Parts: sequence; C-alpha cells; structure tokens
Amino acid sequence: MPEVKNVVLCGVGGQGTILASKILTTGLIDAGYDVKMSEIHGMSQRGGSVTTQVRYGEKVYSPIIGKGAADVLVAFEKMEALRYLDDVKPGGFVIVNDQEIPSLPTLQGACAYPHDALDRVKEKVNTQVIEAAGIAQELGNIKAANVVLLGAMVKALGLGDLDWDKALAACVKPQFLEMNRKAFQAGFQAE
Amino acid sequence: MKHILSGNEAVARGAYEAGVSFASAYPGTPSTEILEEISAKYKDICSEWAPNEKVAMEAAIGASFMGGRSMAAMKMVGVNVAADPLFTFAYTGVNGGMVFISADDPGLHSSQNEQDNRYYARGARIAMLEPSDSQEAKDMMVEGFRISEEFDVPVMLRMTTRVCHSKSLVEFGEVQPQEKKPFVRDLTKYNPVPAMAKLMHASLEKRMARLQAFTEETPLNRMEMHDTAIGVITSGVAYTYAREVFGDSASYLKLGFTSHLPEKLIREFASKVDKLYVIEELEPYLEEHVRMLGIACTGKALIPREGELNPDIIRRALLGEEPELIEYDKSVLAPRPPTFCAGCPHAGFFYELGKLKDVILVGDIGCYALSGNPPLNAKDIALCMGAGFSVPHGGQKVIDKFGGKERIIGVMGDSTFFHTGMNSLLEAAYNRSRIIMCIVDNRTTGMTGHQENPGSGYVLGGGKANDISIPEIVKALGISFIRTVDPMDLAAVRTALKEAMAYDGPAVIVTRYPCALKKYSPEDLAEFGRNTVPYTVDTEKCIGCKSCMKLGCPAIRFDGEKKLAQIDGNACACCGVCAQLCPKDAIGKEEK
Ligand SMILES: Cc1ncc(C[n+]2csc(CCOP(=O)(O)OP(=O)(O)O)c2C)c(N)n1
Ligand code: SF4
Ligand code: SF4
Ligand code: SF4
Repeated sequence: MPEVKNVVLCGVGGQGTILASKILTTGLIDAGYDVKMSEIHGMSQRGGSVTTQVRYGEKVYSPIIGKGAADVLVAFEKMEALRYLDDVKPGGFVIVNDQEIPSLPTLQGACAYPHDALDRVKEKVNTQVIEAAGIAQELGNIKAANVVLLGAMVKALGLGDLDWDKALAACVKPQFLEMNRKAFQAGFQAE
Repeated sequence: MKHILSGNEAVARGAYEAGVSFASAYPGTPSTEILEEISAKYKDICSEWAPNEKVAMEAAIGASFMGGRSMAAMKMVGVNVAADPLFTFAYTGVNGGMVFISADDPGLHSSQNEQDNRYYARGARIAMLEPSDSQEAKDMMVEGFRISEEFDVPVMLRMTTRVCHSKSLVEFGEVQPQEKKPFVRDLTKYNPVPAMAKLMHASLEKRMARLQAFTEETPLNRMEMHDTAIGVITSGVAYTYAREVFGDSASYLKLGFTSHLPEKLIREFASKVDKLYVIEELEPYLEEHVRMLGIACTGKALIPREGELNPDIIRRALLGEEPELIEYDKSVLAPRPPTFCAGCPHAGFFYELGKLKDVILVGDIGCYALSGNPPLNAKDIALCMGAGFSVPHGGQKVIDKFGGKERIIGVMGDSTFFHTGMNSLLEAAYNRSRIIMCIVDNRTTGMTGHQENPGSGYVLGGGKANDISIPEIVKALGISFIRTVDPMDLAAVRTALKEAMAYDGPAVIVTRYPCALKKYSPEDLAEFGRNTVPYTVDTEKCIGCKSCMKLGCPAIRFDGEKKLAQIDGNACACCGVCAQLCPKDAIGKEEK
C-alpha cells in the first residue's frame, strides 16, 4: 500500500462535509486501508467554518495533519477554499464547489466577501472547479452536492477502483441511493 | 471485522462490553456523544442526563455502592463541579466498578478554559487511564472496570477532544453480562465521618501502594524500542503525534496508566536512550514526574504549555523544521464566526437588553455566549455555568455600597438554570439584591446539540418526564417579582424589562420559546404552533436604515449598492422579530 494520504474537507456548517467524509472512509476501510478521520464539533454548528481531515494508508498514527500536508483539499465553499489553502502541500490539488455562502460580517456589510477567492486559489495550485449544487439540482436534490464533490475527490485521489456503490449503500437512505449514485458518477466524470 | 468509531462511540461500546448497568452524564463538548450513543445503541444500560456533573457523579457512585458497574461522563470543567463527591469516593472506594470520563478540551474548541485534568487523578488519589485512539478508548473502559474492582478505586478515563472526536478502527471484544454484587452494610467503608474517614485514608494509602506496583507491570505502559538516539515519553493523543513526527527514528515509552507513573520503567527507558523528550499536551504532568526522579529530559522548555498540540508544533519545537507552505494574502478573507441561528429566540431578547443604559450584563454558558459579539454587543461579563446570577449579586452589592447607579442584569438558559443556576438565584433571593435575573428558556440544551433537560418534559432516549416549571421553582426560591414573556414579542420584552428596572429587589424574567433548531415535541407544537411563511422586505418601503440588521439574523443581508435590506427566504425561520425592528413597516410575510 502507498504512503499515507491526507485529505481535508472544508465548508460551512450544514453543507454535508461529514457525510461525504463518512462515505469516503467507509470505502477506504472496506478496501483494507487503515483510516483516521477527525472533525471538530461545537461552536462550528452555528454557521462557522467546519473542517474534516481524513488520513489513510497502511498504518496511520496521528488523526490530524498540520499545515501544508494535505494531498487534496475539497472546499465546499469558495472563501473557505482560500481560508484553508495553506493546508495543501505545495503541488497538491484543490477541488472547489462553485458556491458562495456569505458570513455574518459580510451580510452586515462590516467587511467584503472576496468574490475573487477562486482566482486567488487557482493562481497558487492546481484547481478543479465543480458546480456541485447545479449538478445536484439537475439530478433532483440540491442536497446531494456533497456526493458530487465526493465523486470528484475519489477521482483526484485515484481511488476509482474501490467499491463506491457499496460504500454509498452503507451510508445513505435506500430511497436516496439511486440519486446519490448518479451524483457520485457526475462528480467522478466532471472535468 | 473492524468498525470505525469515534472515541466517544468507542467508550460507549466499552461500557457495554464491561457490563455497565448505570450511566449518567451532563452534556458538555467533547463528551456529549458518549451518553447519546449508549442511549441509542445499548438500551439495556440505564442511561440518564443528570442536572449537573456533581449529581451525575453521585448517582453513579450510588449505583456502584449498590453493586452495579456504573459510569459518569463530563467535559473537563464538569469535573470541577463533581470534585466534591469524587475526593471522598476515593476514600470509600467502590462496590461495583466505577469509571468516569473526563473529556478535556486543549485548544478550547468549545470551552472557557483549557485545564489539564490529569492533576485531578493525582489530587484525588484515584486511578487514571489515557487512551490515544478509539481502540484504546474501548479497551481501557473494559480494563478500567477491572482495575476499579480489583483495587477498590474510582477510575478516571481521561480523554481529549481529538480522542473523543476522531474516528479510527476498533475491534470489538466479548460482552460481559451485567451483574450486581450484594450491598453489605459496612460503616468503615460507606460512612466517612471523621473517625471512619481516618481509617479509610489509611486504607486508601494501601490501595495506592498496590497501584504503584501495578503500574510497573501493566502492558498499558509499554516500551517501543527502535533507534535509541532519541527516546520519547508520551501519553494520550500526543503519542500518535510523536509517532507521526519521529516514526522509527526514535524509541517510545507509551504510558496508558498515568495516575501512578512507573518509576522503574522510566529509569530503564531513560538509560537506554541518548536524548530524552517528554511529549505531552498542556501541562508538564509527566515531565514533572520524570524530573522528580532526577532524570534529565526536555519537554515544556520547547513545547508550548498552551493550546492544542499537533505534529507541526512538535516538528518545529524539537527538530526546528518548518513545513513548506503555499503563501498567499489571507487579509482578504472575511471572518466566519459562529452566530445565532435565524429565528433564534435569544436574538431579540438580547437586542432589547443591549439597548438598556446604565446596565452591566452578565451572561452565562450556552448559545447566548454569542450575545457579546457584534451587532448585538450586549453581554459584558461571563464566567462559568451557573455564575450568571451569583456574579451579578456580588457585583451589585459593591455597586450599591459605593453609591453607583448601574444595575446588573444576569442571563442564563434553562439547562444552566437547572445545572447550578438555581443556587445562584437562591443567593440573590436570600441575600436580597436588586439584580434582574433572566432565564432564557428555549425548551432545550441548545449549545451542546439539543439534549433534553429537567424543564423540557422529556428524558434521554425520549421518555416523558415530569413537568418541572421554572416560574414555580423561582417562586418557591423566594422571588416575588416574576414575569414570563414571549421573547419573540419585543414590546412585551420591553415592558417586562421596564417593570423589572423599576422594582427595588431581586426580579426574575423568564422567556419561553423553542430554539429554532429544536425538533418540536407535540407539546411544543400545541403551545407555540409553527409559522412556515418566510418574511420578505418590501423594496418600495425600505429606506435602508439598517435597523433590522442590528438583530444579527443570518437570513438578512444588507445590499450596500441598492441600500436595501434583503431576506433570504430559504434561510428565514419565519420568526417575525426583524419586522418589529423596522420603522417603515417594510418587512412582512411573503405573499403566497
Ligand atoms: C460545568 C460545565 N458543564 C457543561 C458545560 C457545557 N455546556 C456549555 S453550554 C451548555 C448548555 C447550555 O444550555 P442552556 O443554558 O439551556 O442554553 P442554550 O445553549 O440552550 O441557549 C453546556 C452543557 C460547561 N461549559 N460547563
Ligand atoms: S441552536 Fe437554538 S438557541 Fe442556539 S443559536 Fe441556534 S436557535 Fe439559538
Ligand atoms: S423573520 Fe426576520 S429575524 Fe426571523 S428568521 Fe426571518 S429574517 Fe430572520
Ligand atoms: S429596518 Fe426596514 S427600512 Fe430599515 S433597512 Fe430594514 S427593512 Fe429597510
């Protein structure tokens, strides 16, 4: 098995980062990897930024990584992509959901939302932009945006051979399975 | 087959495997999910929310005395509340085994301090286990009960946020049946009056001596020998960070049983390595001990005492290595702080409080901790759970003594009131001060994820509970000025505050409206109903005065170009409070 790989998922409370990382870890464990996943609960529930770190390989010790250590960063929101950009290794890869969620200080007009966040990210690192919300909406449920991003993440990590159908079936309700499969495929095939 | 579990889920599984019969807790991040998991998955364990940690600890002690295996779980500051029974429980010892979890929060992810509870084990003279990951958390629960019964001691399982909330693989073990030992009356064991407690103390010393011998032999403390140029003594999650940084280029003394440190093992390990590091989070708990043995080591001289540890900090401190980072301009980022939810029943109430003049506002611990932030800027002071009335009381006495004109208002939530706020209210009622005490009852324990509490009408697991009325308790505690108001009706809030300000004595205002994220019970629906029509801004009427923005509702946005307020219909919780702030009547329900 290869050396330990590090993935960071970041976004805003309620975007479904936790479910995406759960499906990811389920697939990895099934394939025999040692896996550690770390998330922070607490104040993040109230609309703050959230991050989840997933590490996998033959043997993983630390549940967390430091700055500049992520092979792949999956940002569910554009400004959060920029916030956590320095989690990524120089030469790493970033997947960004093409969505802006204003924070309270920007809603209040106390400070500006950086609408050029995406350009700033692209300038520094290899970046794939996905309109996950739009894709999920077309498939019938905007909530599946997280699974679209999961598909893209799996591709970026070169994990396409694992049994993702099984992992999805283990983590989502049966009535949403078909739609989530499609969402996963759409993300996997997105350019 | 292995299962991926968080540390908290693993503790619950461990309790089940160990044949625990009774589990009690008061919620608190990062410990809350332990009892939630037990209640959801292991239904033959009697599991309960207690009003506070002292009560949880005492209930678990009672269960142990009667011969069942029992446990209590709490966040680290909860152990402060539970410390009184704990210190004497160390004297009596157990009947059925007893393990309690102290979940520490280095890095203050959601706490008011970052105390290191390992010192409690040494101070109270009990046994302590420190797991590094979920497998160890589960295994140490099971072993903890064995230790508790074999050595007649309470056992503390000391977790930290990263152990509680990280998921890793766990292999399950056998499930032991629940058993009850007989209770045999024995005043030398269960009755700590001075004459008896003296004997108990002597017995405690004997038990401690046995644990000192145990710590040298237990596989919970182990050497992992690789390259011997560097030796690392470590425990808890810090072990995983040390392994991450040094890999096989160092040897490790990994300590899992840490109330009593293995002196011989430490000496032996130190003699085998060239350079000795002690790597631990927060305080130099292990390091002090190693130094006491006269062994030279490096720890807190290089590794900070404050904050959460991580592999980067160790690399920087001990190897002088900085990670290579992508550099960019972070100044363009807007902050994303936690906020009140759209429709939060606290928002309007704190908006009104924030407008009062010559008032000092003391808050407490709960979602309303956010009330000091902009745009509300209401709260001035907070301390710890339950202090929201007692701190104002003492403060008001001093203000009055020196002829000051300020009035102090204290605010706490329903769960906090039941926790220790009732005592604080009693202080103000009994010693009569002119403070105004507000209980913001949102029908749940919001901050920690919506647990039931004695006022919510339900118990852990969803069973019905007795109706416990806050105003009736307040009355029984000796308060005659009591107003119950709907916090979504700002005019009513203003009237109540005005009357309370005019009253020369301890006054209480109780607000009652459910948290916007709460799953409504049938009783909530009957009492409060539910509006599902979002509000919207009439762009013709809006003059861009920004009054509605002062609520801090995250569903309202101010468009700086058009100079208009806008409401995001998907985010709006339909509470209607913003409409009451608009001077132009520009906010109304969306037309269908
Ligand atoms: C001694 C102690 N125990 C537990 C906690 C964790 N804690 C923080 S806020 C809170 C609940 C507050 O509930 P409530 O007072 O009802 O306010 P709400 O969050 O619902 O507004 C708890 C349990 C703590 N900070 N201190
Ligand atoms: S969880 Fe409930 S009490 Fe807490 S901020 Fe949100 S609405 Fe308010
Ligand atoms: S009605 Fe107004 S205050 Fe209430 S949630 Fe909607 S926008 Fe926010
Ligand atoms: S308070 Fe009324 S008039 Fe003022 S900005 Fe808000 S909606 Fe417009």
